[in-house]
Amino acid sequence: MHPAIQGLLTIAFGVGGCVGYFYFSNLVLDRVIFPARGAHIARNIRRANMIRPWLFLFPALLALGLYLAYPVVETLRLSVTERVPGGGSEFVGLANYQQMLAEAKFWEALQNNFLWLLVVPAASTAFGLLAAQLTDRLAWGNIAKSLIFMPMAISFVGAAVIWKLVYDARPEGTDQIGVLNALYIYFGGDGPMQWLTIPFWNSFFLMMVLIWIQTGFAMVILSAALRGIPEETVEAAIVDGAGPFQIFFKIKVPQIMDTIVVVWTTITIVVLKVFDIVFAMTNGQWETQVLANYMYDKLFRANDWGVGSASAMVIMLLVLPILVWNVYNARREMR
Amino acid sequence: MTVIAGEKPALIWALRLSVVLLVGLWLFPTLGLLVSSFRTSDQIATSGWWRAMFPSEQNLTLRTDPPSAQVQEGDLYVIEGRLFAEGTSSEISAWGTSARDPAAYEPGISAELRRGGTLMVAADGAYRLESTEEISGKRGPRVFVTATVPPEFTLENYETVLVSGNATDNMAKAFFNTLTVTIPATIIPILVAAFAAYALAWMEFPGRALLVAAIVGLLVVPLQLALIPLLKFHNEIGIGKGYIGVWMAHTGFGLPLAIYLLRNYMVGIPRDIIENARVDGATDFMIFVRIILPLSFPALASFAIFQFLWTWNDLLVAMVFLIDATGETTVMTKQIVELLGTRGGNWEILATSAFVSIAVPLAVFFAMQKYLVRGLLAGSIK
Repeated sequence: MHPAIQGLLTIAFGVGGCVGYFYFSNLVLDRVIFPARGAHIARNIRRANMIRPWLFLFPALLALGLYLAYPVVETLRLSVTERVPGGGSEFVGLANYQQMLAEAKFWEALQNNFLWLLVVPAASTAFGLLAAQLTDRLAWGNIAKSLIFMPMAISFVGAAVIWKLVYDARPEGTDQIGVLNALYIYFGGDGPMQWLTIPFWNSFFLMMVLIWIQTGFAMVILSAALRGIPEETVEAAIVDGAGPFQIFFKIKVPQIMDTIVVVWTTITIVVLKVFDIVFAMTNGQWETQVLANYMYDKLFRANDWGVGSASAMVIMLLVLPILVWNVYNARREMR
Repeated sequence: MTVIAGEKPALIWALRLSVVLLVGLWLFPTLGLLVSSFRTSDQIATSGWWRAMFPSEQNLTLRTDPPSAQVQEGDLYVIEGRLFAEGTSSEISAWGTSARDPAAYEPGISAELRRGGTLMVAADGAYRLESTEEISGKRGPRVFVTATVPPEFTLENYETVLVSGNATDNMAKAFFNTLTVTIPATIIPILVAAFAAYALAWMEFPGRALLVAAIVGLLVVPLQLALIPLLKFHNEIGIGKGYIGVWMAHTGFGLPLAIYLLRNYMVGIPRDIIENARVDGATDFMIFVRIILPLSFPALASFAIFQFLWTWNDLLVAMVFLIDATGETTVMTKQIVELLGTRGGNWEILATSAFVSIAVPLAVFFAMQKYLVRGLLAGSIK
């Protein structure tokens, strides 16, 4: 069967099943269980309306519970057990964590992750703020924004290919096809560099890819926040003789601080989960390992579920403060 | 642009320039990939893509026609011909007959060959090889030229990647697989989330606030945690690795954002509309389908774009829940990663494949940008 037809059939089946659930479950509720007719019409409608929210929520709750809530608990359990040969598993306490802490690769990943967490959100937010402020009052600012925003649509893998070309190195003496090496040699560098194999600095070359992607996101949100600043405050500052830099840093930035924090945390979460860039570009070689890739390595290459789960828990631990803070904010809003 | 007090014209120019610079910097890498995907592998390998528009100087090793083409003119044996194919406008700036000195002669000059005879190469590639004795051997003598080759663009790479390529190069199957993953994985979570968001926004039931808080919390749970437990679960219920599993996974992972965005939007719909409909005897299901869904179109569209981009671009979920040992269900991102590993040097295939895979999301992005931005703002500023 042609892959296109096969795909269409599978799609029809999947989507149809979902539409069917909502349609028929409501139909059954209204017509069969609590029909809106007969002697108990008022009672039936009331009862149907008590059940309906759960009918509406059921698939969502099932999926959320199964795919996000249950794995947190299960991974925690897996991280303190070990598979025994011949099936089954046994409780081993913190042995997996101990084993993980003894590995140099883990510390390398943790160290790199901290670097990523420091650099990527900061740089993306800074570039985004810069781009937002610069493009804000230009006639063609929206076009410029679209172009800076565009990498958001590109997959991490696509971005990895794009940047591999930028970092490409050809043997000495031949024309360089990677723009970074071409520039490096043009400005007097001695010979092409294999950028992705230079320990420590190569992490920054990988981070550049994520910064490139996330700047557009930061820009869009910060630009909306900048537009929300009341004109009066800026005008008052101008009347008082403030220069453009003073207006920006002393008037505008403090007023959008809340938004900056939101952008910063959102990018932080992305950084913690990011896996594809390192996987596609270096696969953690040359000391570029990060936690997400380390975990994938353990789970699917070394087949060590215990240590893999333990490192997943480390990632969870790192997002936990953000989680608590989000929930706290949401609850405050609901009141 | 209006000049307001406190801004100098010089500053405005500096501002315009920096924006141009910034945009250029952000566009440059992608442009490189796009240009490279239209070049031949020789061209990619010998000059940077930013010079693709200009003729490039290349050192080539060519051969004259074989001795079988020789003709006798009086007592001379002659081979005449052109080093380049007819119709090209390459120009030779220097040539030579030995690899040790490939730029020994200028075009138009005759040089003695080591094996006897003289060779004359003109700037346009026409040559004349003369010898007093019959020229022997199977192949013509080598000619080393330094030539300026005109830019060349081709659609051949796209043909290879989309139609004619072998199993590793051809992306057609992976393209359809990606679509098969993406379309249901976009529609199903929207449906599920829309119903849930309506319930959370407009239906009264105990525990509503708690559910909303829980969903906000789940927004940040890293999906890495879900890999092993769910793979085990999928194996236990018998779906193993396959489309159903990957749809379910994408649905689960996409839901918190979907419910959050849609609920925030639906809460903003005026209460009157819904209450009037209730008074008129509409059930919640009817209100939802007839009123809420059409009214929520902007929010639905913005989430649809997010989910589409995310599932189309995904690598991890597909690798864990979909792609099995047969490789029949591979998606484009995975195939490109494999190409990166095995064909790291074949830029023409790599660049074209990558561009095929990012073309669809880019098209969606530029067409629906308005909704994407709206969704981002709804989700982030609260």
